[in-house]
Amino acid sequence: MSLVNQCIITDYLNIFTKTGVFIMTISKKDIEKIAHLARINISQGETEKLEKKLDGIMSLIDKMQSINTDNIQPMSHALDISQPLRKDEVTESDLRKKILPLAPETEKSLFIVPQVIE
Amino acid sequence: MLNLSLQSLSSHLEKKTFSSVELSQFYLERIKHHNPSLNAFITIDEEKSLLMATKADELIARGQKLPLTGIPIAQKDIFCSQGWTTTCGSKMLENFIAPYDAMVIEKFNEVGAVNIGKTNMDEFAMGSSNETSYFGPVKNPWNLGLVPGGSSGGSAAAIAARLAPAATGTDTGGSIRQPASLCGFTGLKPTYGLVSRYGMIAFASSLDQAGPMAISAEDCSLMMNVMTGHDQRDSTSIERDKEDYGGKLNSSIKGLKIGIPKEFFGEGLDSSVQTVIDSAIDEYKKLGAEIIEISLPNNHLAIPVYYVIAPAEASSNLSRYDGVRYGYRTKEYDDLMDMYFKTRQEGFGEEVKRRILIGTYVLSAGYYDAYYLKAQKIRRLISEDFIEAFKKCDIIMGPSAPSVAFKAGEKQEDPLAMYMQDIYTISTNLAGLPAMSIPAGFVNDLPVGLQLIGNYFSEAKLLNIAHSFQKNTDWHLQSAKGFE
Repeated sequence: MSLVNQCIITDYLNIFTKTGVFIMTISKKDIEKIAHLARINISQGETEKLEKKLDGIMSLIDKMQSINTDNIQPMSHALDISQPLRKDEVTESDLRKKILPLAPETEKSLFIVPQVIE
Repeated sequence: MLNLSLQSLSSHLEKKTFSSVELSQFYLERIKHHNPSLNAFITIDEEKSLLMATKADELIARGQKLPLTGIPIAQKDIFCSQGWTTTCGSKMLENFIAPYDAMVIEKFNEVGAVNIGKTNMDEFAMGSSNETSYFGPVKNPWNLGLVPGGSSGGSAAAIAARLAPAATGTDTGGSIRQPASLCGFTGLKPTYGLVSRYGMIAFASSLDQAGPMAISAEDCSLMMNVMTGHDQRDSTSIERDKEDYGGKLNSSIKGLKIGIPKEFFGEGLDSSVQTVIDSAIDEYKKLGAEIIEISLPNNHLAIPVYYVIAPAEASSNLSRYDGVRYGYRTKEYDDLMDMYFKTRQEGFGEEVKRRILIGTYVLSAGYYDAYYLKAQKIRRLISEDFIEAFKKCDIIMGPSAPSVAFKAGEKQEDPLAMYMQDIYTISTNLAGLPAMSIPAGFVNDLPVGLQLIGNYFSEAKLLNIAHSFQKNTDWHLQSAKGFE
């Protein structure tokens, strides 16, 4: 588990109220953490605006917590169908010439990113 | 001319009253004239459209005409269309030229339909007012100060202003039905899996479904015949026999059992909208239907559940926009991380970022059970409510949206008020059921949509029920002033 995730959990050990209902409030610190996980820069001004809005959305979501869902199977697909399989065959031709020009930066047949390994 | 059904346009093309090139030029002229005030289209490419029309005319000349050959269709800019800029309403994809066709586009191309332009939409289909588009808001043709609804707002405005005889949309939480209600036309969200999601830019994959938007149910049936079908490239695509969606259009609806969920008529519903819905249901009574009160006790949980599941799936789907392989990349950066952070900060709009953050949060370690898993369990409860209801009735009816079109900017700063727009539509996405919105009347000269919810794979029946109403009313044929 990453340090960031551990921080989030420790911070939220206080979220269970006396009734055992999960109540969530989002602080500036949390926003910075999730923004880091989502790889999005958030400016100081944005964080403040976000805090209020995310808090509102989380209190809406928290309406779920009072519902008893013991022994209910989670539903991940509308029709509960299983994942189909196909033969492991090449179906696409070489799309390099079509795909590479869409990239912000390329060299020969490679996507160029800032240096990662020194 | 502007109210002609797709069927009559098609027979005019067959009789050569006009050619597809002439028909396409006619609509392109209307787009040129009206788009500056409506902003319904993001991309118009006259040359490409007319080339498609020329090819359609060749097919017609050779006697190879199919029902939609030569018919101009406006395509929501969420569908990848080879050679066309496909933006999904985002700065992130501002210059993205799709290298392949979405299945929906492929199907329309196969029958020789004409892509008349790519329509504006809320960024990544996240919104209910078409105000989150990077390319500016879309205006409602019925009143330019009001929103058209969203996320398929460009397609909606295009049909309401008759800038295209039909359009495509996608519906993750109401994005076909709510704009259909606010702009006064017919829209259908099919059963999940009926239309392939291949090449349809992903928002929330377990909910996203494409469907037709047109003047009438009859027009929608012709589009459904083209859009549906199994596709190996979408693992959630349903394999079933091809159906003729227009086959039952004229069947009698005598004895039809209409379920009215009491939860759709409570607090939050505008009383004048309720009056319109009540009289539409009375019309069905006159046509021989029986009204049964039903209950969808968990409907009030649909919005909370949706705002866990949809952002969770979106945060995962939108992680692909990293500035490496395609799309926007920030101009200046120090290293790879800095590039990711700035690219996503600058490339995504406010609403999209908000949903990515919510999604990231509910999926983060320690919270998965309390949020995502909990939401999936309640999704099952919501779904079971419908299974119970359909034991008592053939179809469920109610409003499509709680109000008529609202003022631009009115709900932009209040996400919760905006989210309530989808209170009657979201539960069907969670259950995967098909549902329609059809014009049912007006409140202060603004259209109101009646929602029809059917059981799984009952699209032909839904279209039949909608068509029966449209044979006896002309709400769907009313068009906005200034666009007649």
